[in-house]
Amino acid sequence: MKAAVAKKVKIQKAPFKDRFMRALRKDTSLYLFCLPGLVLTFIFSYIPMYGVQIAFRKYNARDGIWGSEWVGLQYFERFFNSPYFESTIANTLILSLYSLIVSFPIPIILALMLNSFRHNRYKKVIQTITYAPNFISTVVMCGMLMLFLSPTVGIINHVIEAFGGTAINFMGNKNYWRHIYVWSGVWQGMGWNSVIYFAALSGVDPSLHEAAKCDGATKFQIVRHIDFPSILPTATILLIMNCGSVLSVGFEKAYLLQNSLNTSVSEIISTYVYKVGLIDNNMSYSTAINMFNTVVNMVLLLLVNKISDKLSGNSLF
Amino acid sequence: MANVKTVPKKRKIKRCKQDVIYDTVLFIVLTLILVIVAYPLWWVIISSFSNPTEVSAGNVIWLPIGFNLKGYAEVFKDDMIVRSFLNSILYTVCGVLVNLAVTLPTAYALSRDKFSGKGIITIFYVITMFFSGGMIPTYLVVRDLHLLNTMWSLILPGCLSVYNMIVARTFFKSNIPEELYEAAAIDGCSQGKFFFKIALPLSGSIIAILVLYYGVGHWNSYFSALLYMTDQDTWPLQLVLRRILITNETALAQTATTAAARAALQEQRQLTEVMKYSLIIISSIPVLVLYPFIQKHFVKGVMIGSVKG
Repeated sequence: MKAAVAKKVKIQKAPFKDRFMRALRKDTSLYLFCLPGLVLTFIFSYIPMYGVQIAFRKYNARDGIWGSEWVGLQYFERFFNSPYFESTIANTLILSLYSLIVSFPIPIILALMLNSFRHNRYKKVIQTITYAPNFISTVVMCGMLMLFLSPTVGIINHVIEAFGGTAINFMGNKNYWRHIYVWSGVWQGMGWNSVIYFAALSGVDPSLHEAAKCDGATKFQIVRHIDFPSILPTATILLIMNCGSVLSVGFEKAYLLQNSLNTSVSEIISTYVYKVGLIDNNMSYSTAINMFNTVVNMVLLLLVNKISDKLSGNSLF
Repeated sequence: MANVKTVPKKRKIKRCKQDVIYDTVLFIVLTLILVIVAYPLWWVIISSFSNPTEVSAGNVIWLPIGFNLKGYAEVFKDDMIVRSFLNSILYTVCGVLVNLAVTLPTAYALSRDKFSGKGIITIFYVITMFFSGGMIPTYLVVRDLHLLNTMWSLILPGCLSVYNMIVARTFFKSNIPEELYEAAAIDGCSQGKFFFKIALPLSGSIIAILVLYYGVGHWNSYFSALLYMTDQDTWPLQLVLRRILITNETALAQTATTAAARAALQEQRQLTEVMKYSLIIISSIPVLVLYPFIQKHFVKGVMIGSVKG
């Protein structure tokens, strides 16, 4: 009762400044706890957000962000008209959709399989080993790919030659590039990405399993009708989040696997942004491309979220 | 609940035919997956210990042939690798310390229900998850603060990962109850003292999770270094790895004319290949050593994180 009255008085009487000061006094130490994070996040996240305006200016180092000449949408127009516009967007979309379609369901299947696996010891071994590649750095991962796929010393080509085939220069042929990118990603991420589904599966009520067994359900039926529906909400949320980043395929791996022979399929938006901005030193143009990318991602996220909300009732917000 | 009683007491229920088939198929598929994942890793390990000529010829398949440590010796001969390895250790340790110093207090403050700034500060962080300035504006900020080629350019941007912060906040919320602070406050304990003397000592497992999440992140990242570190002396290990493994730049540029020189060059080439395998192993050692802990704590981290979506 007392608390309710106090709250009412606070809302009606105290002006914002007073309330603010009182809150500050009451929780001084907690605000101090937050201070370092706030300051650093402000400097390295919010100031760059403000700096995005160089996309609308002709940036030069001497005049800085403020002083550079305002050119409006010039850089956006330049990107829309450039030959790279279609190719980078197409490459990015194809790569990320391919990778989404392949690497999204596999961890779900793996989690379902392992969860219904009878041999507990062996299950632990499989989990431990399949998680391991996740901790290999991107550079080492790509280095391993180069070594394995090398036309002269690579093991894959040794195998092909042992079966009477001729060595294939995998990295030099652009037709293989997307498959290499996506399937190596599956190899690296499938175990680790299944962990979150394990977390969801551990929440399934065991009495459901017992009841199903009593009614004579086979194991496959249990997996199909109990386990699978129970991880569906988690899967939907992750799918929405993944769709939101469809145009932001990781820079790191694509850039490392790129070479002059495969740029026609491997030049994606983020690598192009890097090259334009830091190698060609065209800051404004690069920022404009990046900003376009962010906006498209945002729209996609909202769109998929809406669709999923309509279809299944699962949504982020 | 009542159904449980209807389950027959006999523990072993005979598996039906479909279940036997299911179990067998599962066993085969999972074993196949295990082999696919494990074999490349195993192959890197055996190759790093093998005779360079045998590796190039493709004879090394199940076990090392001509066991030797030449590849490893070659790695340690290279000053640049050793220096960058030390750099990486320094960056990782300092980076993790800064990460913890920023993340833990923030997470603790936001986990207190009575904290008046909770809502607005949470929004402040959530916004950064969806919007960012992007590569170039961030680069300009780092440059204008004169952080290029210093380790702070790798540490300060992204010193607070919102995801990790939420994991830590969830942990504090469920493990450090508000009542505990109230009891301590009656005895005259301040919020700061409570955090350092009581909350932190009770949070060993979340600290371990954060150390590992952030630590592995720092150790494996190369992108910020690629942007901000132009001076080779300051390079972390991953950039040197990139140079050796990906762009293939080694000290082998000379061409040989005589047969003997050609043979020597050939041998040197093969040695360089094996050295790459050794290098992969050495660069992964810090993570490999921690792997048993990592696995346990990382999984725990995902579990805590998944509670909050």
